[in-house]
Amino acid sequence: MIHSLFLVNASGDIFLEKHWKSVVSRSVCDYFFEALERATEPENVPPVIPTPHHYLINVLRHRIYFVAVIQSEVPPLFVIEFLHRVVDTFQDYFGVCTEAAIKDNVVVVYELLEEMLDNGFPLATESNILKELIKPPTILRTVVNTITGSTNVGEQLPTGQLSVVPWRRTGVKYTNNEAYFDVVEEIDAIIDKSGSTITAEIQGVVDACVKLTGMPDLTLSFMNPRLLDDVSFHPCVRFKRWEAERILSFIPPDGNFRLLSYHVSSQNLVAIPVYVKHNISFREGSSQGRFELTLGPKQTMGKAVESVLVSSQLPRGVLNANLNASQGTYTFDPVTKLLSWDVGKINPQKLPSLKGSVSLQAGAFKPDENPTINIQFKIQQLAISGLKVNRLDMYGEKYKPFKGIKYMTKAGKFQVRT
Amino acid sequence: MTDSKYFTTTKKGEIFELKAELNSDKKEKKKEAVKKVIASMTVGKDVSALFPDVVNCMQTDNLELKKLVYLYLMNYAKSQPDMAIMAVNTFVKDCEDPNPLIRALAVRTMGCIRVDKITEYLCEPLRKCLKDEDPYVRKTAAVCVAKLHDINAQLVEDQGFLDTLKDLISDSNPMVVANAVAALSEIAESHPNSNLLDLNPQTINKLLTALNECTEWGQIFILDCLANYTPRDDRESQSICERVTPRLSHANSAVVLSAVKVLMKFMEMLPKDLDYYGTLLKKLAPPLVTLLSAEPELQYVALRNINLIVQKRPEILKHEMKVFFVKYNDPIYVKLEKLDIMIRLASQANIAQVLAELKEYATEVDVDFVRKAVRAIGRCAIKVEQSAERCVSTLLDLIQTKVNYVVQEAIVVIKDIFRKYPNKYESVIATLCENLDSLDEPEARAAMIWIVGEYAERIDNADELLESFLEGFHDESTQVQLQLLTAIVKLFLKKPTETQELVQQVLSLATQDSDNPDLRDRGYIYWRLLSTDPVAAKEVVLAEKPLISEETDLIEPTLLEELICHIGTLASVYHKPPSAFVEGSRGVQHRRIPPRAGSVESAESPEVGQSGSSEAPPAVIPSQGDLLGDLLNLDLAPPTATVPSVQPSMQMGAMDLLGGGLDSLMGDESDTLGGDIGGSPSMGAGLGAAPTVMPAALGGAPAVGGGLGDLFDLGGGVGMPTGFYVVPKTLWLPAMKAKGLEISGTFARRGGIIQMDMSLTNKAMSVMTDFAIQFNRNSFGMAPAGPLQVLTPLSPNQTIDVSLPLSTNGPVMKMEPLNNLQVAVKNNIDVFYFSCQFPLSLLFVEDGKMERQVFLATWKDIPNDNEAQFQIKDVHLNSDAASNKLQGSNIFTIAKRTVEGQDMLYQSIKLTNSIWVLAEMRVQTGNPNYTLSIKCRAPEVCQFVYQCYEMVLKN
Repeated sequence: MIHSLFLVNASGDIFLEKHWKSVVSRSVCDYFFEALERATEPENVPPVIPTPHHYLINVLRHRIYFVAVIQSEVPPLFVIEFLHRVVDTFQDYFGVCTEAAIKDNVVVVYELLEEMLDNGFPLATESNILKELIKPPTILRTVVNTITGSTNVGEQLPTGQLSVVPWRRTGVKYTNNEAYFDVVEEIDAIIDKSGSTITAEIQGVVDACVKLTGMPDLTLSFMNPRLLDDVSFHPCVRFKRWEAERILSFIPPDGNFRLLSYHVSSQNLVAIPVYVKHNISFREGSSQGRFELTLGPKQTMGKAVESVLVSSQLPRGVLNANLNASQGTYTFDPVTKLLSWDVGKINPQKLPSLKGSVSLQAGAFKPDENPTINIQFKIQQLAISGLKVNRLDMYGEKYKPFKGIKYMTKAGKFQVRT
Repeated sequence: MTDSKYFTTTKKGEIFELKAELNSDKKEKKKEAVKKVIASMTVGKDVSALFPDVVNCMQTDNLELKKLVYLYLMNYAKSQPDMAIMAVNTFVKDCEDPNPLIRALAVRTMGCIRVDKITEYLCEPLRKCLKDEDPYVRKTAAVCVAKLHDINAQLVEDQGFLDTLKDLISDSNPMVVANAVAALSEIAESHPNSNLLDLNPQTINKLLTALNECTEWGQIFILDCLANYTPRDDRESQSICERVTPRLSHANSAVVLSAVKVLMKFMEMLPKDLDYYGTLLKKLAPPLVTLLSAEPELQYVALRNINLIVQKRPEILKHEMKVFFVKYNDPIYVKLEKLDIMIRLASQANIAQVLAELKEYATEVDVDFVRKAVRAIGRCAIKVEQSAERCVSTLLDLIQTKVNYVVQEAIVVIKDIFRKYPNKYESVIATLCENLDSLDEPEARAAMIWIVGEYAERIDNADELLESFLEGFHDESTQVQLQLLTAIVKLFLKKPTETQELVQQVLSLATQDSDNPDLRDRGYIYWRLLSTDPVAAKEVVLAEKPLISEETDLIEPTLLEELICHIGTLASVYHKPPSAFVEGSRGVQHRRIPPRAGSVESAESPEVGQSGSSEAPPAVIPSQGDLLGDLLNLDLAPPTATVPSVQPSMQMGAMDLLGGGLDSLMGDESDTLGGDIGGSPSMGAGLGAAPTVMPAALGGAPAVGGGLGDLFDLGGGVGMPTGFYVVPKTLWLPAMKAKGLEISGTFARRGGIIQMDMSLTNKAMSVMTDFAIQFNRNSFGMAPAGPLQVLTPLSPNQTIDVSLPLSTNGPVMKMEPLNNLQVAVKNNIDVFYFSCQFPLSLLFVEDGKMERQVFLATWKDIPNDNEAQFQIKDVHLNSDAASNKLQGSNIFTIAKRTVEGQDMLYQSIKLTNSIWVLAEMRVQTGNPNYTLSIKCRAPEVCQFVYQCYEMVLKN
């Protein structure tokens, strides 16, 4: 199982280590540093690194490498999922997951890590349970603790640990009972030169923020559940009921959680909300190239496309770009050759465009590679797959909760080839 | 106020200061001090000097302080074992605390203190905690057993903790069950042969129930454990699959992949015509696709596993090509894996799309990725014949870009395309030649030279081109030098008049001026060939080359099967067998996909015989020529040798279907299943099916011969019950140990000649040739009487049966056991060693019947000490039938006496080395147990003679 964990910062220093079995010397990380050195980009470090006696499995989050050391055959996904859980927990406890935050709370971090794994086996990873065991630091609590001498550590066995609903603590009380659901869809697409879609798929999630008193039992139904043929549920969802009736029935965890994630595959027709007209051309023998980019809304069901951000890695031979944006601002970094254009909202009457010329380095050849254009955008009040929640009902408690549902579509990895 | 303040004290008296604070009377100050100590510890500072002071803080009712002290203890106890003892009392006391949280914490921490002295004190509290009323304590205690086992395995066994742990599998609380399974799995890893996780339908049922209710991590442990189980029949395996399928929708990707593993393994047992089988196949695709939308590191592990799944069952993802298209900002390790899978999924239906993508990738920035994309285009051409032309023109387009590494890579793959489709695309050679000067990588240069040599007759200035390379001969890498040598010799054989000088030059460069032995040897061989017999040289050098196979990088089927059983593990990420790495696992059991219990459908489903490899990727199908060749060989064998040479092929049919083929597939499980399959179904197939079915069933070339032989042999077997009994073939050399060569075999004595019958199976991806065999010295001087006759090369997945006559004139050395035989087999790949044991009856000669008088005299002469007595149980033969049967194996009955309803048989045996063995066998009518007394001057053989008796009489 998981032997040890090392946290490594962006400059390659180990700033925290934790061992769950015997102590593994930190020199084991030398193999990781070698891999780090070989990688061209920080993201390109291979996730699994073999060493003579151990395996190192790492994830990079918030510019921190979480390096787990394992010695025997352990499913790597198990380790990676656990590391994700560590990151989430830190974020949950400290608001951010940075080296500074971890150092500021090093004792809590240590207590948390000890509580999350025992002998390399996961012990308590649900945030609800952890928070009962170790209270998150807040300014108020720090003050109270210093005055009264009480501690951050829960003295009682967390109630959820062994119940059939380990994700929920008992005795939850709210004055305002509310349940909010966010349907967020990310659209991943590759569009080719001519504007036709090579592949497009939707990754959707339903995130919930449920603050309800007692033990509420919720059901959530959709207008068009048939869209959801590839789903992953939070453990609270009763799978049999879904199989039989296509209704989500569950006792929710307290607070924020991801109820389900789903995938609408490339085999269904996916609506593409924006289009790009582009003309990026270099002439043989000339040091100038033409650059034209126009954006426009496509299938948006009448909703506005906002927070549009276009970025593109221009060829290495490019020296500078002299462009004119009809709206928003653009920047070009001559070192990394990254062009980014913060467009803002697309006005269908007056399409945003970025036009001008790019100059090549003196003597550079006409570039071979064609830059790819990455686009980010948001569309409020729209789930691009067409998914719609039908109704939400609550059983098991008497009060009337306040309910709300929001939809949003975002660009995931949305790429246009030129 | 934050914890970072704990880091600030770096001045000199730090330890001293902390000491004072730790001993302070104020609780709050103490706690702050311990926090400082912990903070120093986390950054790797040595604060072990504070051990006694920190331990003193342990006696507290403040839980946070207690936990902090425990954290410290776990880190430093090892370095201060004597001091650690001080803590024991508190632990033991805490294990009795009314608060379960504290009981659990105590037992948990105690297990983490890796000090022998402490572990002794741990046993009693642990025993109590394992039976604690609170499940939280029980589940913590279960893990503690694993910890203790890691420190002192013997102690755990002696204290009976393993049994208690096994009992916990039936615990009422699912979390306890999951932890018990996890602990047992970890312990089992260091005890590969112990029956710790003894899975039976009852425990499986409990695990499946717990699976629904435990945490995600527990689900992973349970699923991984389930994957080790072999269901009894297809119904059980279907019901397990049904209960595991909901896990595919879990949010935790590790749960999903573990579930995929269980399903992939168990669906192998389901009949393919079952509706459920199709449903299951459909259910597997979406979760795998979903894994690809996760974080890149998850994607990477998923892709490595999908690579295996696609090789095993390409149908699952055949419609999902698009999800493997590479995104511009994927990390490089994801890009490369996606590319691999795209090629595996490429088919005629989607090739246009794939090619368009690959061409796009070839213009990207990352050099490694671009190279691989260009190679992928070549692999597509070889894989999908219809696309070859398109691929070639795409490659030509890429060559026109003149990007150096793209051109080189393209030339390397075009060489492969030429190999696959000779005489089809040579029109492009001119374009290739234009780029000659830009090639600076050895592989590309070698490829180009090969092309020039191979098509020398169509390239007008081939001699000039090759000559230009020759100038810098000594600076080239070996690869290029060898290629250049061969290419010039080819050129010479094609255009002898103009190139004599060139060839002489290269030969002298290779033989005289080079210190590379490979190059020199090749040079000399060409030289002698050319000087002695140019016609022969032409036949050798310009011989028609075998076509290259579709996919060269497929994982060999046995390994693939094993890896499928290890989906989701490190082994699956590295595509290496689990035994090949990870230090902790001292001897991992090889797992195999269970064969389908083929009792019912054997007749109509030709895959039964080889269920494991039935889905194996397209293997090289033996050509018609091979088949004929084999048959002819059999027919043309010289008449005197008919018995020994035809016999083996007859044997083969029966033996291979019953023994070899299944044995090799079933591996360890054969014990349980051998029974039903070893029956008649294969015979039925052999008799009833037309020859067209047979090759499919056997998957190997000599199938037809085998099928026919089968009939003969069975006929013979029934007609002459007194023949020499031949033990069914057993696996002598598993493919895993011999780079894909698998040998199973047996011994027989036919017409006074000892023979070793072997089935050689090629489970690797390449052809095997040049077989030879040798024995180590052995007790009876057995040695091959002739060379090992493997006439045709052994293609992948093919099985050849050979029979090797043995003599007993070889060198003698006593072996342990006496009948042990150590064998070395060589082929073009390597030399492999194995040992096998032959039945002693092999050495019983035909003239072993002793004169009565001599018998009596000898019997008296041999001292009584040399007499050994044995019981042969459960023989239902009368004395005459038995003696008849024994005679078939050259055990001769000399006399028979009946005393009080008891038959006494006096028998003699002569071994090849002229040792006489005398025996007296007592048979009582109605009693199935025989008494056998054996006398011999060399008493060590008695045991083995007895074994022969038993073997002959019981079969």
